[in-house]
Amino acid sequence: MTAMAAYANPVYPYRRPPELDGAPRHRGVVVIGAGPVGLATAIDLAQRGIPVLVLDDDNTVSVGSRAICYAKRTLEIFDRLGCGETVASKGVGWSVGKVYHGDRLAYQFDLLPESGHRRPAFVNLQQYYLEEYLVERASALAALELRWEHRVVGVAHDDEAVSLRVSTPDGDYELTCDWLVVCDGARSPVRHLLGLDTEGQVFHDRFLIADIRMTSDFPAERRFWFDPPFHPNQSVLLHRQPDNVWRVDFQLGCDADPEVEKQPERILPRLAAMLGPDAEFEIEWASVYTFQCRRMQKFRQGRVFFAGDAAHLVSPFGARGANSGVQDADNLVWKLDLVLRGLAPARLLDTYDDERVAAADDNIRNSTRSTDFITPKSAVSRVFRDAVLGLARDHPFARKLVNSGRLSVPTVLVDSTLNTPDVEPFAGAMVPGAPAADAPVSGAQGHWLLDHLGGTFVLLLFGSGVTASEVRVLAGGDVPCRVVTIGGEAPGALADAAGLVAARYDGTPGACYLFRPDQHVCARWRSFNPLRVRAAIARACARADS
Amino acid sequence: MLNTEPNIAAPDDFYEALLGIHRDLTEAQSALVNARLILLLANHIGDPAVLREAMQAARAGVLADPEAGR
Repeated sequence: MTAMAAYANPVYPYRRPPELDGAPRHRGVVVIGAGPVGLATAIDLAQRGIPVLVLDDDNTVSVGSRAICYAKRTLEIFDRLGCGETVASKGVGWSVGKVYHGDRLAYQFDLLPESGHRRPAFVNLQQYYLEEYLVERASALAALELRWEHRVVGVAHDDEAVSLRVSTPDGDYELTCDWLVVCDGARSPVRHLLGLDTEGQVFHDRFLIADIRMTSDFPAERRFWFDPPFHPNQSVLLHRQPDNVWRVDFQLGCDADPEVEKQPERILPRLAAMLGPDAEFEIEWASVYTFQCRRMQKFRQGRVFFAGDAAHLVSPFGARGANSGVQDADNLVWKLDLVLRGLAPARLLDTYDDERVAAADDNIRNSTRSTDFITPKSAVSRVFRDAVLGLARDHPFARKLVNSGRLSVPTVLVDSTLNTPDVEPFAGAMVPGAPAADAPVSGAQGHWLLDHLGGTFVLLLFGSGVTASEVRVLAGGDVPCRVVTIGGEAPGALADAAGLVAARYDGTPGACYLFRPDQHVCARWRSFNPLRVRAAIARACARADS
Repeated sequence: MLNTEPNIAAPDDFYEALLGIHRDLTEAQSALVNARLILLLANHIGDPAVLREAMQAARAGVLADPEAGR
């Protein structure tokens, strides 16, 4: 890794832990790792009023930019966590990707061809900025305590509690907690301490990643080259980031020597060949990497949860790493919240494993397929790859086969046991298990539908016609559920200004949707019936009476 | 369902034409032509069940015969 930093990493202060001076040593929830996934988990918990302690072995944010592409769904989660606007306004939004073969455009795609969404398909942002913003948000929450230079060196768990041994510059201390969330990244020291492994595939192709500073008028779009003239027989990927930083990713092949390839005298000619002899740029960060597609068998081990790269790894093609990690946090926290409040049985937590393992498999499948296309492993796979790229110039069907990375979309949890199956027909994509589609609305609490969903269960009612007493029956349940009315004359109803809510949800008058606290649809009906809603909430909480 | 009954009106004409598209090509070019042909035909068929059946029939016949491809 070569760092020629124009970005200065902040240094967060270490503080002597009170446990060394006799403070109580039991906690409710501990999160290990203050990266994007650990911080998202902790912020979500603290926003719900659940005290949470975050331990990180370092004292700063990501060194080098690492993850850069944050998907629409992730931005929507950041909106719920109170930092979506900060991320989106600093980041470079994009939705168009161009794929070149040789020096010709083979294929172009638009990941968000329709309007009426608050967030773009993607925002590119250096991981260090994302982490800074999350730390800033975390620091504003009273229930969240963030400790730097606290390294977990021992961990054990049983039915009763998790015990940790934590090492600090002032010495070690012991700590116990009810629940532990492990978000300590791909190498996951805590996973290793517990003797747990990941299973899957290792890929041998080496890639050079370089973040360069350069003033350029290239548009904000993803560009991918197969076999370009400036880097024959290999692939190249280009992304724009804020502050005139550009991410260039060169495929090097299996035989490349990582020590040699990361030297500036090797990198500079590659960049000059790509950008032209007159281009002026400086390297901010460079690294040579290989990747793996693998996951742990179970993401829940009793009182211990694994999230993000600690639990699953994918190739970078498709931006499915950090995005899926943030979505892990989104899935876990509301469940933990309900269990901690005694509103749901502990088996609800098993559905974190079910749902996020299914999502990880989805991501691994997509990522592996992209990898097999980008780096063909045999002569015949190379022939088919080249045949597809050649046909794509003239024949529309072949463009659908070109795979330079299928970009992260949230997994639709169609097989989740928390869903109540449809009993009436609905058109469109908002099936039980789908994350809610956004749409513009007009209302006092925000101008986007997603502003009104999430945090608790929400029942979205289309049109009026439901009496206040019926809604009161619903609200009388012990699990919190807000009611949001769209259209109609009811006081406080949101207006479906552009008609897009009704269109995206097939929302005929009287229809209603039940959303989980993570904004996924879990049930829907053509008419409101409080008993059916109560039963669906119980089912989504994994309660026995469902 | 995959049709393996005779379906080509003039089989000898077709076979001649099939060999004809490889005339004067290197082995690498021929391999590429074959791959393009498979992709074009597969898209025309479209039906995933038929495609799966055809792919399995193609592979099974080779695996079943120890002499095939030697």
